[in-house]
Amino acid sequence: MTKSGLIERVAELTSHISKKDTEIVVNRIFDSMTDALRRGERIEIRGFGSFQVKQRDAREGRNPKTGEEVHIPAKRAPFFKVGKELKELVDASEVESPSHNGND
Amino acid sequence: MTKAEIVEQIYEKVGFSKKESAEIVERVFDIIKETLKEGEKVKISGFGNFVVREKNARKGRNPQTGEEIRLDARRVLTFKPSLVLKNTLNGDETSGKVLD
Repeated sequence: MTKSGLIERVAELTSHISKKDTEIVVNRIFDSMTDALRRGERIEIRGFGSFQVKQRDAREGRNPKTGEEVHIPAKRAPFFKVGKELKELVDASEVESPSHNGND
Repeated sequence: MTKAEIVEQIYEKVGFSKKESAEIVERVFDIIKETLKEGEKVKISGFGNFVVREKNARKGRNPQTGEEIRLDARRVLTFKPSLVLKNTLNGDETSGKVLD
C-alpha cells in the first residue's frame, strides 16, 4: 500500500470529509512527524510504535568495491521501535504461508 | 510527540477541526496496522516503508543461563526510512523536504 492508497482508504471510511481534505490531513501527519524528528523529538503512537532519532558518530569506512578508505561523517538517523500490540498483530498472522516469502 | 500533538499540529497548520483531524489520524494508523497484519508493506513516500519480514526458526541461547532454546519462525516489522527523511534529519534541505 502506498500513501495514495492509504489516502484512498481513509477517504472511503470518512465519507463526510472530502478526499482533498483527507489528503491534506494525511500529508500533514507525516510532515508533522518529520518536523518532530528533525527537532530531535521522540514520537510515540500508542499501539503502533515509537520513532526516535539516534546520533551516529563519524567513522572510517571502506568502499567495498574499491577497498578505498572513506570518511563517514557523524549523522542523525531515524529509528522505529514497533509497539507491543502491533508486534503481536504482525506475528499472529499466518507464518507458515509460503506466499508471504516472495517480494510481492 | 503523541497522536494528540499530531492532531494539534493539523489544527494549527491547516485549520481542520480537532474532531475531524483526530478521526483521520486514528484511521491512518488503524489502516496501516491492518495492512501490515495482512503481511502487506506500507510505503509512505518521503517518510519511509514499513515492511513485514519473515524470520526463520533458529536455535538461540539464553544469554544469562547459556541454555539452548528453540526460536520459532516469526514475522517482524521493520521500518526503512526514506532518503528524504534521512537527509532532512541531517540538514540537507535541497534533497529533503522543505519545511515551513
